[in-house]
Amino acid sequence: MKLIDEYQNSALARKLAIRIANRSAKPIRLMEFCGGHTHAIMRYGIRQLLPETVEMRAGPGCPVCVTATADLDKAIAMAHLAGVIITTFGDMMRVPGSHSSLQQTRAEGADIRVIYSAMDAVEIARSNPQKSVILIGIGFEATAPTIAAATIKAQKEGIENFYVLSLLKLCPPVMKAILELGEIRLDGIICPGHVSVIIGSYPYEFIPKNHNVGCVISGFEPLDILLCIDRLVEQIESGQPKVEIAYRRGVKPEGNEKALELMGEVFEIAQANWRGIGVVPQSGLRVSQKYEHFDADNLFRLNLKPTGEPKGCRCGEILRGIATPPECGLFSKVCTPEKPIGPCMVSNEGACAAYYKYGGISYER
Amino acid sequence: MSDNVLLAHGSGGRLSHDLIEKKLLPPLANPMLNRLDDSATFEFSGHLAFTTDSYVVNPIFFPGGDIGKLAICGTVNDLSMNGAKPLYLSLSLILEEGFSLSELDRIVGSIKAAAEEAEVRIITGDTKVVNQGQADKLFINTSGIGAVPLGIDISGANARAGDKIILSGTIGDHGIAVMCQREGFKFSTPVQSDCAPLNKLVSQMLKSSPRIHCLRDPTRGGLATVLNEFTQQSNVGIVLEEDKIPIKESVKAACELLGFDPLYLANEGKLVAIAEPGDAGKILAEMQQNIYGRDAAIIGEVSNAHPGMVLMKTKLGPSRVVDMLSGELLPRIC
Amino acid sequence: MYCSVRLAKMTKIMCLAVPVRVISKEGDAAETEIAGVRRLVSIALTPEVKVGDYVLLHTGYAIGIVDEAEAKETLKLLEEIVSLSEAHR
Repeated sequence: MKLIDEYQNSALARKLAIRIANRSAKPIRLMEFCGGHTHAIMRYGIRQLLPETVEMRAGPGCPVCVTATADLDKAIAMAHLAGVIITTFGDMMRVPGSHSSLQQTRAEGADIRVIYSAMDAVEIARSNPQKSVILIGIGFEATAPTIAAATIKAQKEGIENFYVLSLLKLCPPVMKAILELGEIRLDGIICPGHVSVIIGSYPYEFIPKNHNVGCVISGFEPLDILLCIDRLVEQIESGQPKVEIAYRRGVKPEGNEKALELMGEVFEIAQANWRGIGVVPQSGLRVSQKYEHFDADNLFRLNLKPTGEPKGCRCGEILRGIATPPECGLFSKVCTPEKPIGPCMVSNEGACAAYYKYGGISYER
Repeated sequence: MSDNVLLAHGSGGRLSHDLIEKKLLPPLANPMLNRLDDSATFEFSGHLAFTTDSYVVNPIFFPGGDIGKLAICGTVNDLSMNGAKPLYLSLSLILEEGFSLSELDRIVGSIKAAAEEAEVRIITGDTKVVNQGQADKLFINTSGIGAVPLGIDISGANARAGDKIILSGTIGDHGIAVMCQREGFKFSTPVQSDCAPLNKLVSQMLKSSPRIHCLRDPTRGGLATVLNEFTQQSNVGIVLEEDKIPIKESVKAACELLGFDPLYLANEGKLVAIAEPGDAGKILAEMQQNIYGRDAAIIGEVSNAHPGMVLMKTKLGPSRVVDMLSGELLPRIC
Repeated sequence: MYCSVRLAKMTKIMCLAVPVRVISKEGDAAETEIAGVRRLVSIALTPEVKVGDYVLLHTGYAIGIVDEAEAKETLKLLEEIVSLSEAHR
């Protein structure tokens, strides 16, 4: 496949790994922020190509994993409302909320449908004019503009029964929060590739400037990731942290201006509740006033029971990079992909799911 | 006759007989079936294999096949995976009221063609009709009887360190064909399901070497699941080489788009064999002579290290674990 | 209509986008292709795309246009830095 295969060249990858090993002298810790990177790193065995001086930590860049339990409970409560169809992306179905899950709620008779695209939800609304169709909007800045575009289209076409429950979150603010928490020392960050296609590279400038941490935007093929690590090692060894784009075929410094424009029209910045981190100011998106008639949060009155977190679950610490999945007592013993306790095991991008699926050699099952 | 299945077609009365005599019997006719007794009888001495499977695939028609073809091939293949020669099948249909009779004709036509290719006879059957909404168009069950030749001992527990792992062809075709049909994907050349009867391929393989230890067809759960089963049954490890696993470019692309890992997708016309290293080359050459083994390849080997675990050497060099399919499968893929 | 995939269970990684080639466009939609698979996608976020361009497809939308010149440059850069470090050893 063009634009994929060329970046999987194994000979080049091995040589790049050797180059990294030769350049890397001091022990450093890099955070791969985005779940897609965690998954790719595990799938291609990138860790095994890296020298011991380079340690990788997964970050909170998994939209399912960072959805606060209270927000998931809210979505589940909406599913119980009469005349509602819930539409949701990906693995949200199986994440355990405080008392139930979307999957369980569907088995109990609620109309909950998995979709691949925001436009699917709009189509469902179009074909079910008597129902209220709510899109559970999880994702970061790569997904937010797609939901914005779908909402604008719904507006244009007079579809009035489509709603968005915005649980959308922004990456740079939570990176800032993690760096400011200072719980672990980080030397470099592998910045998310497709979020950056939208937001460009300027939003990351504060990372080297205020925190002296290196910052390189990476694609998702093995050569992309290795090139990114090579650039980070270079920055750190030369003591010159900066923002660099290694994923140049996808990311421009100014990002995708049209996408940012549509995002800005439908959404406005608000605080967001990140599982494992807590409330982070200005790190989320809520539906703007102009589009308030599409805002599910506004329009549905809910009776919510108190939130509960599963005992022993260390998803929060894993999301902040201060624990690795094998360090969680529940990992693979009690918490497995068949019977997940926390979201990091449910989502394919979750660190625990990636470790479980690809990393079995070094820990006991 | 009406255009659609009526409840009365399942009642056992005149309409039922009509359906059997006009729609089901003519294409499938053979002396044993024609008797239409409550059960079919036959003489046999030797070792028998017996299997059953139900088919609920959605959609019922997909590129490369349909539920009828699947119902024959699936059961024929289950028998073949024990080294048995498939002999007789039963055919049980559960039809939804309102199901189109012309679609039924198409499916029975596929059943006939698949049975003829596999050289098996359908000797007994049953037809029921349920109310609209209680079966999605139709469900099929086939049970099969086969003859196990003397001296054949093929089992998932027989894999030994050093054995080679041979895959008969490209993976993921059936899973992608069904998914893409279901979701309205378009192709320049559509991916076809690989649905096929493998009994003749197996028979050729067994003739070329008695040292085949294991055979299995990677249906639901895909190649990864079957290999994991072998490691557990035989208490061995398996090492695969990613770049040796045959897979079509269009299947790879569809997997990228849908977010699937081809190692876990269903295959309905493929088999995995585990054989002694000395004979692997010979068996492979024999397989490549058969239309259903053209793309056969040796994809890995059995090891004593890491029993119960399947590892795969990735394109890049390092190994990663290939786990059993966890979590929910693709629904109604076969 | 669009590339809607209504699955009871979806395993898609959300961060990922797949590079697909635009083979035709009409209004805010484009027909795209990768290794023989065709998908109809929304170009609401990349209205300036031209037939023949590659776009990054994410949840049914083209989120960015692939810069093929940069794609080649990156591969060239990789070859260069690797041979540079080999020469220095």
